[in-house]
Amino acid sequence: MTTSDIVAQGLRGKKGDVKSLLFEGALLLSLFISLLFLIILLVDVVGKGIGVLLDRGGSFLSSGLSSFAERAGVGQGIFGSLVMLIFVVLLAFPIGVASAIYLEEYAKDTKFNRFIDVNIRNLAGVPSIVFGLLGVAIFVLVLAPLTGGASYIAGGLTLAVLVLPIIIITSAEALRAVPDSIREAGFGVGATRWEVVRSHVLPVAAPGIFTGTVLSISRALGETAPLLLVGAVTGFVATGDASLGEQLQGPFATLPTTIFAWASEPDSDFRALTQAAIIVLLGVILTANAIAIFLRNRYERKW
Amino acid sequence: MRTFQAAAVVSIVVSALIVFSLIGRAVSFVTEVDLSDLAAGGWFPRRSMFGLPTILTGSVIVAGIAMLVAAPLGLGAAIYLAEYARPRVRKVIKPVLEILAGIPSVVVGVFALSWISPQIIGRLSGDAGLFNMAAAGIGVGVLVTPLVASVAEDSFRAVPMSLREASYGLGAKKRSTTTKIVFPAAISGVVASIILGISRAIGETMVVLIVAGGTGGAEFSLNPFNAGQTMTGAMAALARGSDQVRGADQAFPSLFFVGLLLFLITLSLNVVSERYVRRVRQKY
Repeated sequence: MTTSDIVAQGLRGKKGDVKSLLFEGALLLSLFISLLFLIILLVDVVGKGIGVLLDRGGSFLSSGLSSFAERAGVGQGIFGSLVMLIFVVLLAFPIGVASAIYLEEYAKDTKFNRFIDVNIRNLAGVPSIVFGLLGVAIFVLVLAPLTGGASYIAGGLTLAVLVLPIIIITSAEALRAVPDSIREAGFGVGATRWEVVRSHVLPVAAPGIFTGTVLSISRALGETAPLLLVGAVTGFVATGDASLGEQLQGPFATLPTTIFAWASEPDSDFRALTQAAIIVLLGVILTANAIAIFLRNRYERKW
Repeated sequence: MRTFQAAAVVSIVVSALIVFSLIGRAVSFVTEVDLSDLAAGGWFPRRSMFGLPTILTGSVIVAGIAMLVAAPLGLGAAIYLAEYARPRVRKVIKPVLEILAGIPSVVVGVFALSWISPQIIGRLSGDAGLFNMAAAGIGVGVLVTPLVASVAEDSFRAVPMSLREASYGLGAKKRSTTTKIVFPAAISGVVASIILGISRAIGETMVVLIVAGGTGGAEFSLNPFNAGQTMTGAMAALARGSDQVRGADQAFPSLFFVGLLLFLITLSLNVVSERYVRRVRQKY
């Protein structure tokens, strides 16, 4: 047998290689099953919950919590989630981006700065329920005169602290992706470090920072466990004619805690309500994520 | 500069607060609790039964089942996307996985109760109740799969093209190149993705709380088709309505003791996984 025969045989063998086909098939199957679970989830939720949304529409979105299924709605949950969102945007976003700017643009490679960096990475891996314990111990008990105990403020602060490390890490990645030549060009024409950051680095890194922030906020919108620890209520929240300030110090519920409360109701009427509330939550979160990821992929620049 | 530095220090303050708030009450729990209660045959905090073996095995069982689901599915999907998928397919599937990774855990928990438990577990075992650890495990697995897939895929793509080309140049097939060249070269990233997955699975709360059936407490059980309780589930179950928590004697401080345990376990897993990730970055 000549060498060319061996090569020819090898080439022929390649085409009908059953093992390779099986291997590729198994890989494709695992991707397919991963997606399938999520697709079944979406179909299951929409199938069971869309009826309530179609029947009750606006009244479901606006009414508050109630022990009667026909009167219960997600109004208070939506209000609570909006308040949480405001806390995250006002606190975690500026502090997070500022930390990222410090770590990427200003910090020298000292022990202290390395410690900050490692600390943030570890903080991002802490389970969310542990942040709930922080919330109970500090925001609910120690700061009770300020927050009013288990309140919107305590919940909002807990969520802001929870997503802070994620915002820092994603923003730092976006800043790191900006090539040094851009900074050097700025320094070359005599700009200060802050001028370079403000008018050269930040505009380029903005899409990445924006996407990271939106993903973090939608993570906060879906968080449930820490808020249960902080003391989200599962029953009706009577607001009466309390002022906004008093309300913020009062008992709270969010969309995900409402979902959990309904999921634990023994009354079977609440099952469709649970799924309807999930449609509302997923609608908001998945749309926000989709827009953010689409924008990032669109505007991401390779240098 | 000062403002930015102050912002960066906030995260250190947060860590310090976490450690302080955990340790203080955890210590007071350990000093006050009857140590024999920690070895009780179940976790019923309101009856002063703080059986640690119950919630530790619960966490191991749920996280184990989750990884049996997430490791093969996540790695398989990652290899397919990194090595086999055409660029156009990858461009569509990757963001879809990323978007779906944002599904909140409370939603997956409700799904585990309304679909996974009756449709999958109900078929596997006739005498499993609606609430069981196996359904919680699969639910957590579904939740963790996109994370494992995305970390692993990054590490496969970090393997330089020249290694694959060298392998093809020697006449190797795509399959042997993938299994014998790319996979070993990316092994630290693969290990990191698995450890990160385990850490996330142990820390996951809502799925367990909704479907594992340990809300009122749980007996010690090694059978995944039984109801059970995990560390995270035990904490959340105690805390439904914080006034209830403060009512019971040692139930409230027990929260912080379990929290400290969970914190230490996930922290060490994350540190190990970080070390593996760094090895990937340095290599090429």
